[in-house]
Amino acid sequence: MGEVIVVTSGKGGVGKTTTASNMGAGLAENGYIVCLIDADIGLRNLDVVLGLENRVVYDITNVISGKCKINQALVKDKFFKKLFLLPAAQIKDKMSVTPEEMCELCNILKEKFDFVIIDCPAGIERGFKNATAGAENAIVVTTPEVAAVRDADRIIGFVGACGLPSPRLVINRFRPKMVNAGDMMSIDDILDILSVDLLGIIPEDELIIVGANTGELVIKDGNSLSGQAYKNVVQRLKGNEVPYLELQKSNFFSKLSKVFSRQ
Amino acid sequence: MFKFPCKNSTSSSVAKERLRFVLLSDRTSINPELLYDLENDFIKVISKYMEIDENLLELNINKDAGNVMLKANLPVKRVKTY
Ligand SMILES: Nc1ncnc2c1ncn2[C@@H]1O[C@H](COP(=O)(O)OP(=O)(O)O)[C@@H](O)[C@H]1O
Ligand SMILES: [Mg+2]
Repeated sequence: MGEVIVVTSGKGGVGKTTTASNMGAGLAENGYIVCLIDADIGLRNLDVVLGLENRVVYDITNVISGKCKINQALVKDKFFKKLFLLPAAQIKDKMSVTPEEMCELCNILKEKFDFVIIDCPAGIERGFKNATAGAENAIVVTTPEVAAVRDADRIIGFVGACGLPSPRLVINRFRPKMVNAGDMMSIDDILDILSVDLLGIIPEDELIIVGANTGELVIKDGNSLSGQAYKNVVQRLKGNEVPYLELQKSNFFSKLSKVFSRQ
Repeated sequence: MFKFPCKNSTSSSVAKERLRFVLLSDRTSINPELLYDLENDFIKVISKYMEIDENLLELNINKDAGNVMLKANLPVKRVKTY
């Protein structure tokens, strides 16, 4: 029996889709069979992030209405053989899917998949209710900004109200240099305010934007800092303890310059 | 605009301080300005009797089962003697 995890945030644009897709790919790379559900009805997104937009035939509403079988709607990833996408519908009516239907769908999917990861739309309305309906665990994504952390706090409250266990936090777009300069809240500041467990710290990384252009996930690039950070998130999801990346580049350079100054 | 105190003045500490008040207000539906005044008055009253560390002061309001609980942690540095 698989595990259903919803990736949510409250505020839009903080990295839910980036996190859900890289997490899914990383789990698939570790041998798990993974289904990514795009729960953003009307604003389909995951297909382009994965570079699968040309392979979408059916979508989630077709499955729910019985127009097609689940297997017909699932799109297999090009690179990660155990990763599958259930695309969102591009229809206007968000109400066309009910929380009960989502719950039933998740129950069917978790019999076939080790992990079902739901990419939640922004906001706290129907889309959020649908995305959390069938989930057993939640991951909340935030950036180190006041507005994002505030919305994360509200979402953590809503996740609890849905009866889910306390969510784990991914802090995205982290910039160590700005923290050192006193211009970005530190990891401790954010954890102190939100009092949840930390699942990962993803640095700000241009490679994520480059990957979004070409439909490639940064986790494929084991040399990239953000790819490495997502690999660590995957290890922690598997229950392994891995240290957080040494993101303080400036420290590294200052150590390096000390080495040179010694000669 | 209503200004928050800048105990230390980096933009990240201002961010944290603003979040502290806005979340307290979100969680309890109490106006942030009222919370801010409450905290200041608290400090004023307690300071008459004890010297407290304002930087470590914590004000929390929890709402459960219809009860509102106001919890304040006021680290005492020294008790004033008369
Ligand atoms: N760590 C990061 N570094 C740089 N760009 C990022 C990072 N995380 C996300 N982005 C970019 O930010 C935008 C929003 O991310 P996305 O995952 O779509 O957010 P959401 O799904 O929460 O709306 C995307 O264009 C993405 O490429
Ligand atoms: Mg998204």
